[in-house]
Amino acid sequence: MTRRLIAGTALALMSGVAAQAQEGPINITTYGGAFGAAVNEAFVKPFTAEKGIQATMVDNDNPPATLKAQVEAGNITSDVFDVEQSDVLRLCDEGLIEPIDPAILPASADGTPAAEDYLPQALHECATAIMVWSTVIAYNTEAFPDGAPTSVADFFETEKFPGKRGIIKRPKYVMEFALLGDGVPADQVYDVLSTPEGVDRAFAKLDSIKDEVVWWEAGAQAPQLLADKEVTMTLAYNGRIFDAIVDEGKPFAFVWDGANLDMDYWVVPMGAPNKEVAMDFIAFASDPTRQADLSKYIAYGPPRESASASVGTYKDGTTEMAPYLPTTPENAERALVNDAGFWADHDSELTERFNSWLAGS
Amino acid sequence: MANALDPHAAIATTATGLTDGALRTTDGMPLVRALARSQKRARRRAFLLVLPLLAFILITFVVPIGQMLQRSFYNDGFSAHMPQLSQWFDDNPRGAEPDEAAWAALATDLQAAAEARTIGIVGTRINYDVPGTRSLFTSTGRQVRRGLEPPYQAALLDINDDWGSPALWSAMREASSPVTSNFYLAAVDRTRADDGSIAPVEERQQVYVMLFMRTFWLSLVITATTFLLGFPIAHLLATLPMRKSNLLMILVLLPFWTSLLVRTTSWMVLLQQQGVINDILVWLGVIGGSQRLQMIYNQTGTIIAMTHILLPFMILPLYSVMRTINPSYVRAARSLGATSWTAFRRVYFPQTLPGLGAGALLVFILAVGYYITPALVGGSSGQLISNMIAMHMTDTLNWSMAAALAALLLGAVLLLYWVYDRMVGIDNLKLG
Repeated sequence: MTRRLIAGTALALMSGVAAQAQEGPINITTYGGAFGAAVNEAFVKPFTAEKGIQATMVDNDNPPATLKAQVEAGNITSDVFDVEQSDVLRLCDEGLIEPIDPAILPASADGTPAAEDYLPQALHECATAIMVWSTVIAYNTEAFPDGAPTSVADFFETEKFPGKRGIIKRPKYVMEFALLGDGVPADQVYDVLSTPEGVDRAFAKLDSIKDEVVWWEAGAQAPQLLADKEVTMTLAYNGRIFDAIVDEGKPFAFVWDGANLDMDYWVVPMGAPNKEVAMDFIAFASDPTRQADLSKYIAYGPPRESASASVGTYKDGTTEMAPYLPTTPENAERALVNDAGFWADHDSELTERFNSWLAGS
Repeated sequence: MANALDPHAAIATTATGLTDGALRTTDGMPLVRALARSQKRARRRAFLLVLPLLAFILITFVVPIGQMLQRSFYNDGFSAHMPQLSQWFDDNPRGAEPDEAAWAALATDLQAAAEARTIGIVGTRINYDVPGTRSLFTSTGRQVRRGLEPPYQAALLDINDDWGSPALWSAMREASSPVTSNFYLAAVDRTRADDGSIAPVEERQQVYVMLFMRTFWLSLVITATTFLLGFPIAHLLATLPMRKSNLLMILVLLPFWTSLLVRTTSWMVLLQQQGVINDILVWLGVIGGSQRLQMIYNQTGTIIAMTHILLPFMILPLYSVMRTINPSYVRAARSLGATSWTAFRRVYFPQTLPGLGAGALLVFILAVGYYITPALVGGSSGQLISNMIAMHMTDTLNWSMAAALAALLLGAVLLLYWVYDRMVGIDNLKLG
């Protein structure tokens, strides 16, 4: 009896040592939902299958805050995090995430190095982009039988296109959108928004439809408001509307004019326990064909130019993805790339101003 | 006097017959001490039984909340990473013009912070007080990493003119001490002017005081509505025969057991402009198709949904108190000539006050901190202060500001609790 116990303990200890020698398993924290599921299918499962290292996807509705809390508490449970662009700047400048050497990223099929293949802003010293998503206008086609809206300006034309408007309740995307609607060219939006007059101008434009607005906070609310006919037009995340159109057959359509392109990034928390594996995973996931593969599961575009060409159909096998992706050239033509640097500097000030404006009658 | 037949006398004799006059146990220990000892043992056992819970509460609740609240007045984001400049501020009084020594300290600190990748923390801290300065720190940091030649004032101003701004230097002086009142000032729409005096922030930036007022006002309204709606139901529950009252009780409890999110979403389905209630009103011809009522995504929506969600917290304490009220009191009052209104007002209602007090306190305090429901149905005018706290926790990551707002909210609730205790008396509270 005792001998068996000793043998058992020794075996357990040995296997423990063996497990330590091998790196991983790793956890990958994402925003979850449909995107988390797509990441799981396109990156996490293949990684485990090919590398033999257990990787697990963890759902989290606010990865940057969790990352900050974990690094500050010195108790890091995830090795890779998915965060938005503005968080990359903040986290990197505060020394909360590890630098990523661009040399680990694979070159494209024709030999273009990763650094030249990625879109502008997609590579950062501490992060690499996962995908491109956008905030676009979506409308209910049944609401406008006599002619559909085609531009940002139409969003503010409540006479010509009657009905309530859904808008995300935060200044980011909304301020830019208001200026675009007021006729500011996309490449000048952030210059104008940097001046007090520009901010006033944006609020004045929003004032013109303030009584007609239903403000939403969670991404799922936008398609719901459209489906309920609570609004006829709304700002929405393109992936959510795609799901509603393709998976649920809703009569929705996009206006790509004034789309606001933003990116999600991979980051590794400072002091991650399995840093090497985490970097391996990021390199694995930045392969162009694999990036294109993500678009098979969700309507987000790849951040590498060489990947765009390999985008195929949706997982249903019939829907061509290109018309729905924010990176497709025809869609991206009149889009604005979100300036994370601007928001890192002005977020607190504009958020307070925005809340004060909202609260005022 | 001592009568052998008097039992009292017999005991008295026995008691006084002992040497020191004290009762003893069989092993000769004074009874008082034996009792105290056994009680002490019982108390210790009770304490040991409570200990796991106490430790749990301390470790998972008191300590983290204390640490979080500490952030509201303690933020060493600047002072910890800019030691030389902080030292210069300590040595020189407010109003002293930054001399070359100050600029040299600034340059050295910036260089060190840029090396250590902490410059973002420093910039973020100053950005809270002077918006738009975060990039000044990070971009300058990138340039000074390569080294900087004296004179430092000229060199830094050469990189960016903004380094000369008095507002920036004033903010840096404030931040040079980790203990700061700035977050509390900001939480009441105040700010520190360049000379250190306290001034209101620009009118179009003011938001928190108004939100605090709105939070307390809406909570009061919700408490009053739950009382008006809950009182008759609780009375019915307490007076109906058991079988019927059980059924009614289930109707009260069923929504209570349903997820908060489900209940909030159901209200969205009911109240929205293309929703069930508006559809019925249009179908009945009460309102025209184009005049659908806006009942949600505003204060009305917040009040309706929160009243419904908090209603059980009013009904249950009221019910538990009402059940113990003897119906014969009211009957007695009636038989003595009181009208039913007088009997209710002077006999029945005063007896329900402990339950009302408990219900009102529960509902009010829950309402003050409510977050999900106002976030979903509040629109722009039905937001409460908790939504601001959540925003600072998760969106802007300004945890110091969130802590300051939360501390003010906690303080206000404690104050109200104290006032309540003084006016009503906390002993009059009955939770069940």
